[in-house]
Amino acid sequence: MHANHTDARLCLLSSHAGYYTVLAEIAFKVHGPVLLRVFVHIMSEDTQQQIIRETFHLVSKRDENVCNFLEGGLLIGGSDNKLIYRHYATLYFVFCVDSSESELGILDLIQVFVETLDKCFENVCELDLIFHVDKVHNILAEMVMGGMVLETNMNEIVTQIDAQNKLEKSEAGLAGAPARAVSAVKNMNLPEIPRNINIGDISIKVPNLPSFK
Amino acid sequence: VRTTRYIVIAKERAKYISQCIDEIKQELKQDNIAVKANAVCKLTYLQMLGYDISWAAFNIIEVMSASKFTFKRIGYLAASQCFHEGTDVIMLTTNQIRKDLSSPNQYDTGVALTGLSCFVTPDLARDLANDIMTLMSHTKPYIRKKAVLIMYKVFLKYPESLRPAFPRLKEKLEDPDPGVQSAAVNVICELARRNPKNYLSLAPLFFKLMTSSTNNWVLIKIIKLFGALTPLEPRLGKKLIEPLTNLIHSTSAMSLLYECVNTVIAVLISLSSGMPNHSASIQLCVQKLRILIEDSDQNLKYLGLLAMSKILKTHPKSVQSHKDLILQCLDDKDESIRLRALDLLYGMVSKKNLMEIVKKLMIHVDKAEGTTYRDELLTKIIDICSQSNYQYITNFEWYISILVELTRLEGTRHGHLIAAQMLDVAIRVKAIRKFAVSQMAMLLDNAHLIASNTQRNGICEVLYAAAWICGEFSEHLEEANQTLEAMLRPKVTTLPGHIQAVYVQNMVKLYASILQQKERSGEKEGAQEITQLMIERLPQFVQSADLEVQERASCVLQLIKYIQKLQIKEVPVAEEVIALFAGELNPVAPKAQKKVPVPEGLDLDAWINEPPSDSESEDEKPKTIFHDEEQRHSRHRQPEIDEEELARRREARKQEQANNPFYIKSSPSPQKRYQDTPGVEHIPVVQIDLSVPLKVPGMPMSDQYVKLEEERRHKQKLEKDKKKKKQKKEKRGKHHRHNSLHTESEEDIAPAHHVDIITEEMPENALPSDEDDKDPNDPYKALDIDLDKPLADSEKLPVQRHRNVETLKSPDSEAPLVEKKSKKPKKKEKKHKEKEREKGKKKEKEKKVVEEEEEKKKSSKHKKKKHKKEKDEKSKDKKKSKKKSHHSEEETTESVQNGTLDDEPLPPMSSYRLLAENPYIKMTYDIQGNLQNDSQVTVSVIFENKSTSFLKSMELNVLDSLNTKMLRPEGSSVHDGIPVPFQLPPGISNEAQFVFTLQSIVMAQKLKGTLSFIVKNDEGSTHEKLDFKLHFSCASYLITTPCYSDAFAKLLESGDLHMSSIKVDGISISFQHLLAKICFHHHFSVVERVDSCASMYSRSIQGHHVCLLVKKGENSVSIDGKCNDSTLLSNLLDEMKETLSKC
Repeated sequence: MHANHTDARLCLLSSHAGYYTVLAEIAFKVHGPVLLRVFVHIMSEDTQQQIIRETFHLVSKRDENVCNFLEGGLLIGGSDNKLIYRHYATLYFVFCVDSSESELGILDLIQVFVETLDKCFENVCELDLIFHVDKVHNILAEMVMGGMVLETNMNEIVTQIDAQNKLEKSEAGLAGAPARAVSAVKNMNLPEIPRNINIGDISIKVPNLPSFK
Repeated sequence: VRTTRYIVIAKERAKYISQCIDEIKQELKQDNIAVKANAVCKLTYLQMLGYDISWAAFNIIEVMSASKFTFKRIGYLAASQCFHEGTDVIMLTTNQIRKDLSSPNQYDTGVALTGLSCFVTPDLARDLANDIMTLMSHTKPYIRKKAVLIMYKVFLKYPESLRPAFPRLKEKLEDPDPGVQSAAVNVICELARRNPKNYLSLAPLFFKLMTSSTNNWVLIKIIKLFGALTPLEPRLGKKLIEPLTNLIHSTSAMSLLYECVNTVIAVLISLSSGMPNHSASIQLCVQKLRILIEDSDQNLKYLGLLAMSKILKTHPKSVQSHKDLILQCLDDKDESIRLRALDLLYGMVSKKNLMEIVKKLMIHVDKAEGTTYRDELLTKIIDICSQSNYQYITNFEWYISILVELTRLEGTRHGHLIAAQMLDVAIRVKAIRKFAVSQMAMLLDNAHLIASNTQRNGICEVLYAAAWICGEFSEHLEEANQTLEAMLRPKVTTLPGHIQAVYVQNMVKLYASILQQKERSGEKEGAQEITQLMIERLPQFVQSADLEVQERASCVLQLIKYIQKLQIKEVPVAEEVIALFAGELNPVAPKAQKKVPVPEGLDLDAWINEPPSDSESEDEKPKTIFHDEEQRHSRHRQPEIDEEELARRREARKQEQANNPFYIKSSPSPQKRYQDTPGVEHIPVVQIDLSVPLKVPGMPMSDQYVKLEEERRHKQKLEKDKKKKKQKKEKRGKHHRHNSLHTESEEDIAPAHHVDIITEEMPENALPSDEDDKDPNDPYKALDIDLDKPLADSEKLPVQRHRNVETLKSPDSEAPLVEKKSKKPKKKEKKHKEKEREKGKKKEKEKKVVEEEEEKKKSSKHKKKKHKKEKDEKSKDKKKSKKKSHHSEEETTESVQNGTLDDEPLPPMSSYRLLAENPYIKMTYDIQGNLQNDSQVTVSVIFENKSTSFLKSMELNVLDSLNTKMLRPEGSSVHDGIPVPFQLPPGISNEAQFVFTLQSIVMAQKLKGTLSFIVKNDEGSTHEKLDFKLHFSCASYLITTPCYSDAFAKLLESGDLHMSSIKVDGISISFQHLLAKICFHHHFSVVERVDSCASMYSRSIQGHHVCLLVKKGENSVSIDGKCNDSTLLSNLLDEMKETLSKC
């Protein structure tokens, strides 16, 4: 298994690309298994694993203060595609996008995603992602659908997620809401990373986000 | 997920997981949906870890169809993760998804859409396209935006849906909800990116959005789209510059700024000429990019460089002034940035800064860690210097020195590149040969350094070049003896075989020239000494394991032994030996071979010679290098060599060169070469300006050249200044080094040598360059669909028909598609033809629009308002021009029904006729025969909600006649109506289809019917009714069937057809138009057309053949018809008469 192979925990969300808009979104942890992954178009499991491995390999060896773009290799579909990633404490969030997406826009999207996670899980930590994979997927589904960016306004996303959770609770009554992992784990430590504040108003300033409207 | 969390902790993972899977399998077998859902949830997690869960696909579907949202969501999530086109159970989901899509709970719908977006297949897309399209007008923006976005996926899988859905998609661009708007922009941009030309007509709309929208995401998308559109329509670019520049000035969002700059660049590229304030915009872009590059954020730096390289292609000068910045980036610690900067440098060099840039690069080469980056640098240096035929090199000595310096790089993979450059320069730049040879001799002398250090790496390849150059141009060699000795060192035998082979070959050349030299000066002893040396040292090559080296060496050895004999007899041999290598080489363009046109009458596949026989004459030309050599050398042993023989050998030598591995890549077929190669005397003579002393002792240092070059330029400049004192010139101080960057213009630099670079040869009548074809497998090609063309009737989304249709039409579940499918191939062809025809027209139209807009801009400040008005008017005009007003969605239809018609543009026609109308609803209908069933026709009715209320519970009923009956679901009585399978929100229209059975089709029929429906608005709901009369014309029983003229003739000959004819007067429309009308409204196809006379054919659903002969007179048309049934024929002709009399 890949985890043994790289001795690293990968968390990979990759969303289905509009045929290839957002090819794959991958978030993985520096050491450990893949936490989340979503792939957009159909590939064999082996190819997917290979992509994850390679991506991890590429991304993890990059220094902290280098640019967040990696030009596409053959595996991710050639030169039209780029890997765009952000590194949060122990986690990498990687999107693979083609040239129709704005690079800086995607960086902001990752930021929106992480902050949405933060809101939905109240101070998100890595274990949240492990224990609530489905929820993370649901959140991602509100942002990126079939590989295309659906919504970038965090408030809107959170509203929809809350409404769905309410619906779920009303259906389930007692059964739902698994206990949150309270254990003392490293926080993802959001305030540490808001590097792209200087990108301007499209970027998200932590902690107060201007809306995208 | 509680169980799965342990996975993280568990050490014996595999064992644990197989346990888990067993457990899950157990859980899946239970009836409790909650347990199942939980199991599926675990599976999703396992899938993410890389386990195959496709075996559970059916269970996933079960969970998907749970009634509770909680479970449904789990099911859809699992499906979106593991379903794909190959999943066979996916077709079972169609109805479930359809149900979820129309669920009253918006999140059910949402979750279904999200899931579908991941696993949509062509079948699903086809079946659900219509449902999704309805959702695009849903009241909730949450659903609307998802529905809009998923349409892109649907288009990809089912391209036929694009045209019918496009009008609504376009509407959504102006949706009040920003999310929906952004989704629509997203989809259209994605579509337009692949096939921009089809979306040019949307430019004004996008322009409006761009100037009004404040959503940066939307703006970025639109601006990116414009970037794709401008290359197709330069006028658009002109309009864009201003608002984009404003945005660049005003925005604080870097991402938006960056995209604006990018698009401005695209515009400028497309405008490359004739734009007055061009340079201002470029300056602005470059300035902004500079800010980006100077930013401390690596991302911005990277993007800035990326955009800069785009400007560079068209406006190199404006980028060149930022050279300092780019060179700085080379020092960046981020490799991606360094590589980008290198790319930029490639385009930035000029004659004046080449040396400087390369010098900097050389420093980087020395500093670079890691071979990949260093190799990249090396290739870049060579690329930069050799680009456009060494355009920027003013001093080739410098270049050779650079190349020699590069050979000192350890561990590079690019030895062959350097070697190729050395050879190329030495061959093509005549003036440099002397210098090159001296350098190469030095390399050979120091071969041990190169070979020993890096034998495994490719650098020893340069020895190949060095040996060849020294051999070929040995006349320039000053210390040939020394070089020869260097080549004969024992160490050489450790080199790779192909290099040794070149060594051996070139040794002989060297030897020949030394011999000549010695003989001329009468040093007989010296000549014999050198021969002796050869004979002593050559055996080491004869023993080589490499076949080629061995072969060559033994030949050479024999040759030289023979020469020795002659020498002992004191026969002068040098001239003859040197004659072996007479002749001059010409470089040949790499593409030359491809470009040689095949002469007339030459069959390349035919045998050139008869298959070889034993009686080959001795004079036959050698075919391989080995043959060639052996023959050449053995022949030489014969003492008498006449002129003819020599000439022949020369030719043989040329042939050999043509076969030499180095030449092979560039040489055309050998025979061709002889004809086309101009003689030596055609090669331009080079004058060497020897103002600069050439002698540089030891290994050359390129830096020296830089210095020399500067001095030289300075001198040149001073001279020029003297000469042209009157001419206005910028002052160049003594510190020319500083201002040389800015003041010196390209032309001022005269090259150090008047170097004539011999151009590579091309065959005389070379064919124009070959074009690359586009990838035929491009998945987006299917979406290359003309969207401006009016919709045709057949172009509608498949609608869910009521049960009867499906059960009765054909056993196949695909039944509703069958008729369409049968039409499709024909359609496509037609589309193709039409496209071509319309292309021209369209372009004109677009240009006009842009021009008009520009005019408006000038004349009025309220351009937007006016523009809109005019647009409205236009569309009104359009509507008026249509014969009948139709339903908005299916407004117009394709004009021609038959591919054989062409030339003239035809007015739009629609086969949809008005059925009934009241203030709430409008119904239009069309009847089509069903080929599969000879007693059925399908009536498609479009219901359009004209009111502001919600229409529901629509039910359609008709009073059956004896002959014609509506097909009702089993078990219902003849008086029951059929519910319309949808509801209509305000302003929405949809289509339903009803099947009717008929006994006889020879006569037209009329059926009375009623539509009942409930109108629901804020004040409450009321029950309403609308009566109508359904008219089944005889034409509606006909099915357009193509017929070949011979089959048609046979049919007429058979003689069992009844005949009838009509004549209509006062026809003013063209014949073309008339035929189109008959084709379209009466379902005929043209068999043949001669001038104003045409034969036409059609077939009824019950198999009647109908043949027509249509003739146009001055003002009248006569139609003769033949048909199996006389009643049908006369009815048909009557209907036709009516149609035509309306013309």
